[in-house]
Amino acid sequence: MSMKILTVDDSRTMRDMLRMALSGAGFDVVQAVDGMDGLDVLEREAPDLVITDINMPKMDGFGFIEGARKKDKFRVTPILVLTTESDPEKKMRAKTAGATGWIIKPFDPVKLVDVIRRVAA
Amino acid sequence: MDAMQAIRETFFQECEEQLGELETGLLSMQEGAADSETVNAVFRAVHSIKGGAGAFKLDKLVKFAHVFETTLDKIRNGAMEPSPPVMKSMLRAADVLADLVTISRDGGAFDDARSNELIGELNAHCEDKAPAAAAPAPEPKTEEEAEENPFAALGWEPVTISLEPDINEYVINFKPKPELYAKGNEATRLMRELSRLGSLTVQCEIADVPLLANLEPEQSYLAWHATLRTEQDIDSVRAIFEFVDDDCQLDVEKVEPDISAPPLEPVAEVEEAQEAQEAAPVETAVLAVEEQRAVAEAAPLAAASKAEAKPDAAASAAQNTIRVDLDRVDRLINLVGELVINQAMLTQRVLEAGAVKNANIATGLDDLEHLTREIQESVMAIRAQPVRPLFQRMSRTVREIADATGKNVRLKTEGEGAEVDRTVIERLADPLTHMIRNAVDHGLERPDARIAAGKAPQGEVKLSAAHKSGRVVIEISDDGRGIDRARVKATAINKGLIPADAVLSDSEIDNLLFLPGFSTAEKITNISGRGVGMDVVKRSIQALGGRISITSRPGLGSTFSMSLPLTLAVLDGMVVRVADQTLVVPLNSILETMKPKTSEVYGLGPDSQVIGIRGGFTPLIDVGYQLGFRYERCDPMQGVALLIETEGGYRSALMVDAIQDQRQVVIKSLESNYGHVDGIAAATILGDGRIALILDTDAIVNASSGRNSPSDMLLAG
Repeated sequence: MSMKILTVDDSRTMRDMLRMALSGAGFDVVQAVDGMDGLDVLEREAPDLVITDINMPKMDGFGFIEGARKKDKFRVTPILVLTTESDPEKKMRAKTAGATGWIIKPFDPVKLVDVIRRVAA
Repeated sequence: MDAMQAIRETFFQECEEQLGELETGLLSMQEGAADSETVNAVFRAVHSIKGGAGAFKLDKLVKFAHVFETTLDKIRNGAMEPSPPVMKSMLRAADVLADLVTISRDGGAFDDARSNELIGELNAHCEDKAPAAAAPAPEPKTEEEAEENPFAALGWEPVTISLEPDINEYVINFKPKPELYAKGNEATRLMRELSRLGSLTVQCEIADVPLLANLEPEQSYLAWHATLRTEQDIDSVRAIFEFVDDDCQLDVEKVEPDISAPPLEPVAEVEEAQEAQEAAPVETAVLAVEEQRAVAEAAPLAAASKAEAKPDAAASAAQNTIRVDLDRVDRLINLVGELVINQAMLTQRVLEAGAVKNANIATGLDDLEHLTREIQESVMAIRAQPVRPLFQRMSRTVREIADATGKNVRLKTEGEGAEVDRTVIERLADPLTHMIRNAVDHGLERPDARIAAGKAPQGEVKLSAAHKSGRVVIEISDDGRGIDRARVKATAINKGLIPADAVLSDSEIDNLLFLPGFSTAEKITNISGRGVGMDVVKRSIQALGGRISITSRPGLGSTFSMSLPLTLAVLDGMVVRVADQTLVVPLNSILETMKPKTSEVYGLGPDSQVIGIRGGFTPLIDVGYQLGFRYERCDPMQGVALLIETEGGYRSALMVDAIQDQRQVVIKSLESNYGHVDGIAAATILGDGRIALILDTDAIVNASSGRNSPSDMLLAG
């Protein structure tokens, strides 16, 4: 069975790009539109890996990661954050919240898959 | 590439939405609502546009969005006040951003001067408000970002590689901290990734693993020693550990080929350094986490399920829209139109077949009728969109004209949520822009004149939308000087639009504005005078099946009010008979109906007639004769006259034989199903299955004025 990846992003463009890159690489993709929705889909779909944006309405990426880490089932699920800038402060905050790693936008589909391999079984 | 193209389209659609939110947010910030929610939404909008633009390599857009975002970030974290000058720059920046998006999408020349000016302006605000040290020039940062592009780095690779053998040997000592596992990273995966780079030998150091009784499940006891032979440089090796840098002890060393260092040496060092620490076999570590899970299961589960209830509701609210291709909706609307016609035909046939009124079949038909009505209304609602984006565009127009004219203007909008057919909204943009321009340019006074008149220096233009009896009413009002009626009348007389001795009521004078060739501005400014007058506005509104009217009070302002149909797929029409043909006349063009009396009808020359209505004369047009249904003019006394108003405010009376009905009809295009017919706008199918043509009243009047002399046309009134 192929790996199931949840992407959480409020931008339709980004969701479409992620879906294209990930399905193209043979992953199952499920999507959510913000942190709140993300937690919901997470629970329902139990993905093997999560990719989340930081800036989102309702609940941002930090809140989502903290929320996910509080759920026992997802304590060690790899969570990658998508970030536009290579802002070290933002990365640190994401890591403190429990993020496994990060992907810098705009991403290259090949590199994206490399990063996923690095953190996923 | 098709998929990419589709995503690109999505991106631009999304940009439109984000720009709308940006505008809304900035406007409410300007009103003083700089709460974090609003500022965040504004920031997110710019951030999203930047993110997507980066993916499509729209560098200019990225660069501008970046500077914009940096400024917004300063406001967001309180380093900068959203003062009026800052907000003004922000709004202008939003306009530039919108332009950049449009140009990126449609092509065209970038106005670099303008965007650079705004970049300078935003940067200046940032430097003003932020401590000098904490204000990095944002521009170079964008360039840095560009340089981060891995391909740029790869480009240099072949140059640096020498003729030496490419194989490097690295010794890697790696000891994870518990945090590494807590963040979902896994030592074994990292080792696996290392092995992808070349040939790898790994040793797991298990000396620190305590006895099972002493084992802390969440502790980390293992260390790893690896030797990697690879073509890659040391940075690629370190890159594997990019995510875990702070959560482990990591030591990567290149073994120089000429110094044959024994691989054990560094291991020994590491062992010394880690003497105080513990280790555990990997299986135990994983097991430990598993155990911990089981223990923790009971308590947090209840809390977790409680927390889940809320997101559920929020999520459902976020996901209640889908995007559908417009063609599909139009096809559906068309089909439902057919269904409505079919249902009406069925009802008629059943009655013809002699079914009793209260028979079961009649009841069934009644239900069917209700159902089809409901389906029709629901389908029409799909095409409906709120007027909000349209109104938002107007706020930009107001800003630009206020800047150009030196007037201080505030746009107030109301009822942005009112929904109208998409096509109506699209075709309303130009007339609305023109009217807004007029309101600011002609309607409002300059600040000094306003103060002299005892008004606030800031003028107000109000744009409102509301649903009223199945139509939408859009009003544009200003609190300016009102229409200068004496001047309007003088201008009209000068231009020969009315006779010098015409006696006109106030509202008739106001309506002169809609006459073709009328312009009140003493000299045509490049703001209002863009080659279109109010006559064009009126014609566009009428083409949409709408009406427009003016009210004005001297010194207090003017209001332009438009009443528009909610949809273009159906039309309120009057069903009339003309020479045994059934025709439909759009209700919006009919002012009144009357039965002409002998004393009112006058012949004018051999070929035309006029009718006297309240002291004025209006040309009488026999529709049947005009359309060629009959070759003799009918007797006006035997028919009904429909007084209609055409473009330019001229009135005519259309003679028909009888009025049959007044009803909503489904519009069927004649052009796409048959061909263009002069004097006919479209067609519809009536309940009895017969086709009825919908009259194009303007075309009928124009065609007949070719036969009548134009001087017969009397002015509105």
